[in-house]
Amino acid sequence: MAIEEKRLILKYADQEGYTNDIDCYIKHGGYEALKKGFQMKPEDICQEVLDSGVRGRGGAGFPAGMKWKFLDRKSGKPIYLICNADESEPGTFKDRQIIHKDPHQLIEGMLCSAYAIQAKLAFIYIRGEFFEGYKILERAIEEARAKNFLGDNILGSDYSCDIIVHRGAGAYICGEETGLIESLEGKRANPRIKPPYFPAALGLYQCPTIVNNVETLCDVKHVITMGSKEFANIGTPGNTGTRIWCVSGHVQKPGYYEFPCAGVTLGELIYDVCGGLLPGRKLKAVIPGGSSSKILRADERFKGKKKDGTEFDWGIEDIPMDFDSLSLVGSMSGSGGVIIMDDSTDMVEALANINYFYAHESCGQCTPCREGVPWMKKITTRMCSGGAREEDVDLLKSIADQIEGRTICAFGEAASWPVQSFIAKFKDEFEAKAKEQALLRKQGEDTAKETSLI
Amino acid sequence: MDLKQSTLDKIDQLVPRYPDMRSAALPLCHLVQEDLGYLSNESIEWIAKRLELEPINISEIVTFYPMLKTAAPGRYQVRVCRTLSCALAGAYKTCKQFEEAFDCKVGSTSDDGLVSLEYVECHADCGRAPVVMVGEKEYTGVKTDEANELIEKIKSGTVETE
Repeated sequence: MAIEEKRLILKYADQEGYTNDIDCYIKHGGYEALKKGFQMKPEDICQEVLDSGVRGRGGAGFPAGMKWKFLDRKSGKPIYLICNADESEPGTFKDRQIIHKDPHQLIEGMLCSAYAIQAKLAFIYIRGEFFEGYKILERAIEEARAKNFLGDNILGSDYSCDIIVHRGAGAYICGEETGLIESLEGKRANPRIKPPYFPAALGLYQCPTIVNNVETLCDVKHVITMGSKEFANIGTPGNTGTRIWCVSGHVQKPGYYEFPCAGVTLGELIYDVCGGLLPGRKLKAVIPGGSSSKILRADERFKGKKKDGTEFDWGIEDIPMDFDSLSLVGSMSGSGGVIIMDDSTDMVEALANINYFYAHESCGQCTPCREGVPWMKKITTRMCSGGAREEDVDLLKSIADQIEGRTICAFGEAASWPVQSFIAKFKDEFEAKAKEQALLRKQGEDTAKETSLI
Repeated sequence: MDLKQSTLDKIDQLVPRYPDMRSAALPLCHLVQEDLGYLSNESIEWIAKRLELEPINISEIVTFYPMLKTAAPGRYQVRVCRTLSCALAGAYKTCKQFEEAFDCKVGSTSDDGLVSLEYVECHADCGRAPVVMVGEKEYTGVKTDEANELIEKIKSGTVETE
């Protein structure tokens, strides 16, 4: 029997007859959380968010309430809220669903959050390619303004807040919060160094700023509606609330599926929820949290101790889908983008594809990343076009090891982790490719094979 | 500079909303590009002046963000996502079909000016791969047959672009 989803964020999104206009939203209880929020003190909402344990859904999984706590409230400078809607981590497509199908949920979540941190101006930084999403949000904001859910003296609360939708223009690095801030200031999206530029202290226009992901801001709305206790009852301690897993690649039914944290295992997600692999195929590998997360090999055993001291011994299918479990197996839940690869996948090509992405997206600010990532791309591309060498594996690993930890932002890690993990888990395939091509060369045959991923 | 009145109105409305005028740089680039098709040196200088900036401040963002163009694209801009999930679903094959149908190498504009074909990185719709955009309109699940259909529509000028 297929496992039932438990939808919180996407509760209405795909229901028949549910539309993305404000009337439909209000009919389904919309903007009640905002009204409830206005009855509360801003600091009480902050405490509720902290108590709920909700962790950032954008990638790092940092507790949202803690992030808010770092806010510099003494500076006297204006406070800004930014919604990170630059969704561009390969394999992730959850924010798109919220923006397209339930934009008012995001707006309500933002207004609740803005009120809690006392921001008078908020931004939605939406990726440039979301042409339709941009239009939907613009319309939704005007609808909310017309009903005084946004603008001056909202619902007679004496609190005013406006939201500006700001479009990006195709750069992945804008998803990094300080890069996003630079971009929003009208500059190249070169991330800032932390410290001192923690957004909560020195963010947009050098003012205290909170940057949260779309899904995280929607969670805030539900924390207010349900109360932190009930919210924290969903999932497990330290992994509260639901998560939207975006499954793509070689499965029968790719798509987005919402479950309580740890409410589904990777095996259940692949075989029960997504209908399993394509006919006649076997599972080879899974990238569990967007292309930056470390790859898991299908036949691995994951053993170790959990935080509470209990031991675990999991196969890939046993891994509970939540922040901590995926981190225990050496990867991360990241942005929730689960990419499934079956036994037809050439792992060298898959890595070449990923390296192409990061080489294209490096902002060019730090030398190890600007020079190293395109170098890794060059090597893997050469390997796929017939020029693989036996020493390539070691060279790739050495480059990746020298990028990690030596850049201003986490892009260095994001680009190195795939290389390190592909080589750690599939070294045999990289070496086999070099040997196979050497043999063909010896026989005077063409070493280049047709490729499908690069 | 020959901007439409509606573009100028949008610009005048937008600029004062930002606490700092420079923040309007990227939105202005979008608006001018949507009006004129691409960002010429003249456009860059005009935007800089409008925001009381130096032309280099606009140039540096125009050369940074992939969606901003400095040359006129073809009548239809075809963007094929080539990132992993789309590639696993056959995006490279789809792109080859476009290349052959329009006699246009990816990364260039066809000689007849009908299409500009480019690879793009993940468009955040990986569950419906391969993803192709024509203008502002997204097409999903573009495998062999769907690609042929799209090619015919582009050739006959009946393709939806928004």
